Amino acid sequence: MGPKVLMRGTHVLGEAAIRARCGEYFGYPITPQNELPEYVAAAFAKMDDAVFIQAESELASINMVIGASVAGARAMTSSSSPGISLKQEGISYLAGMELPAVIVNMMRGGPGLGNIAPSQGDYFQSTKGGGHGDYRTIVLAPAYGQEIADMTRQAFDLADHYCTPVMILGDGMMGQMMEPVAFPDPIDPASLPKKKWVLDGAKGRPSKIVRSLWLDPALEEEVNWRLFRKYRAIEREVPDQEMYLTDDADMIVVAYGTAARIAKGGVHRVRDMGLRVGLYRPKTLWPFPSAPLAKLSRRVGSMLVFEMSTGQMLEDVRLAVEGRCNVSFYGRPGGIVSTPEELARVITFEYRKMDSSGPSAAASSHESQDEAVRSA
Amino acid sequence: MKAKCEVPPHPVPLPQGEGRGEGIQKSPLQKHSPVKIGEGVDQVKKIFTRPESLKETQFHYCPGCGHSIIHRLVAEVIDELGIRDRTIGVPPAGCAVLAYNYFDVDMVEAPHGRAAAVATGVKRILPDRVVFTYQGDGDIAAIGTAETVHAANRGERITAVFVNNAVYGMTGGQMAPTTIPGQVTTTTPGGRVPLRDGNPLDLSQMLATAAGSVYIERTSVSRPKFILKTKKALKKAFQVQLDDLGFSMVEILSPCPTNWKMSPVEAVKWVDETMTQYFPLKVIKDVA
Repeated sequence: MGPKVLMRGTHVLGEAAIRARCGEYFGYPITPQNELPEYVAAAFAKMDDAVFIQAESELASINMVIGASVAGARAMTSSSSPGISLKQEGISYLAGMELPAVIVNMMRGGPGLGNIAPSQGDYFQSTKGGGHGDYRTIVLAPAYGQEIADMTRQAFDLADHYCTPVMILGDGMMGQMMEPVAFPDPIDPASLPKKKWVLDGAKGRPSKIVRSLWLDPALEEEVNWRLFRKYRAIEREVPDQEMYLTDDADMIVVAYGTAARIAKGGVHRVRDMGLRVGLYRPKTLWPFPSAPLAKLSRRVGSMLVFEMSTGQMLEDVRLAVEGRCNVSFYGRPGGIVSTPEELARVITFEYRKMDSSGPSAAASSHESQDEAVRSA
Repeated sequence: MKAKCEVPPHPVPLPQGEGRGEGIQKSPLQKHSPVKIGEGVDQVKKIFTRPESLKETQFHYCPGCGHSIIHRLVAEVIDELGIRDRTIGVPPAGCAVLAYNYFDVDMVEAPHGRAAAVATGVKRILPDRVVFTYQGDGDIAAIGTAETVHAANRGERITAVFVNNAVYGMTGGQMAPTTIPGQVTTTTPGGRVPLRDGNPLDLSQMLATAAGSVYIERTSVSRPKFILKTKKALKKAFQVQLDDLGFSMVEILSPCPTNWKMSPVEAVKWVDETMTQYFPLKVIKDVA
């Protein structure tokens, strides 16, 4: 670990990627993530053999990642929501061809061109496929500058280990915010495991093919089941979460990324008022850390899901909870960033409701949202 | 996992009738099969054989299609330049999607139209390898126009083999960016009308204006002398890459009897007499 330095999230990501021996970046400008390619371009210019290409489109850049990955590189691309939509074709191919790659999405408001303010509207797109076909993408959701550094390295390692694309899901706020970060030492390239499937010319070996086309349905089925088994292994091995003040909690707030930091501020405030509320923060969005949440749902009265969207992760929380406790929702889509005070009011409202009617009172999840907004 | 070469049934039935489908029923191989291969080989000098860069797999292409000739030419050039063990090919989506079943070099499949971008990624990581794309007109000149133009403009050290048959073959004969005015396709049943359907796109001319393109030639495989010329052009295009000069491309006019609804003989005639009016055979750019 090096000394702590003050850096913005996008720069942290770039530096951490370089220290993870990513020497190949392909991207296309879009706000709010431009500081990442700019940081990488400046750093790569001082390095031998590093490849930076500002491509003609997001489509081209993700396909350059495919080419670099198949040639053995630790390749990365980054974008923000509309650009990530364009990259979905390539992400599906990466999954089908079983190639590692790291894709960064600094989410902004949507749908369509939306705006350039921080949002969490791409949860479904990131975790439920995004592109075509029966595949999954590992999605890491950092919340702190230090976590951006740690998860960036983890993303490259996971991608190589499972031969699959990994997405780092942040938002415009996280990318801009400056925080103290200590970087791990750069990886020794010699320590990286050798990739046997790399295409570098058939010298002294039979020629190889890397593809995702299987015209024979029997073969394609076999490929799909093989991918399925890989995804099951990822679901066992990768889920991660932060549990904050959950031990004695009657109520749990579930949030990820920037929303989780706001929620944590809200939890602090209501704790000061004597409310026993904890925070459950998924650090991996796919695989979603369901098991600890399911365990909590047997004990707590209710859960409040907070997202900077109209409710997407909410569905995964409900699937994990399976009706064992009440699940309510509060969200601010479109680029609005809530304050911890706002969250404290919503949490208090939900907590008192639980007090008066007990955990079995199942309100529709958005009803509380309407009331909370009115009372706020 | 061993991949089987599976071919979907062709959506368009083979043409039947006078002068058509010659050679389909009676294969010359069957006629000569009693001769034992290799018999008396020590007395005879071998003058024609399968290129090392082609696998021993039978082509799935339709009778009269130009792909198999072009595959062979590319393989011969790779052999002659001695680059088989450091070549990486990028086949397209289209009729040549299964090119990796024939070329005995490393191959990575690209999404439809994105071959130039994938090839860029490979070449930038492995600059001492030889990277070529093999693309049809729909792949390179419609859905992949942006990737191709910008790869050429960056002067990527890659070689594009552009097979122009003026039609979407694999999907069953729809209008292509290079379909010529009046040409009947399944989506221009009365013939291509420029006012409604646009004009044929001359990609080679377009790419010639890019500063990073070094060598672009248009050839055909409609006659033996043109086939020899195509091989020469391909060899030069690969040499341009080996000399690290920039982007090179050979556009090859290629017959598609199946989707043109012609006999192979009519199809090569159509290449020579009609297609070349819009796509004249010539060196379009050579600053090598």
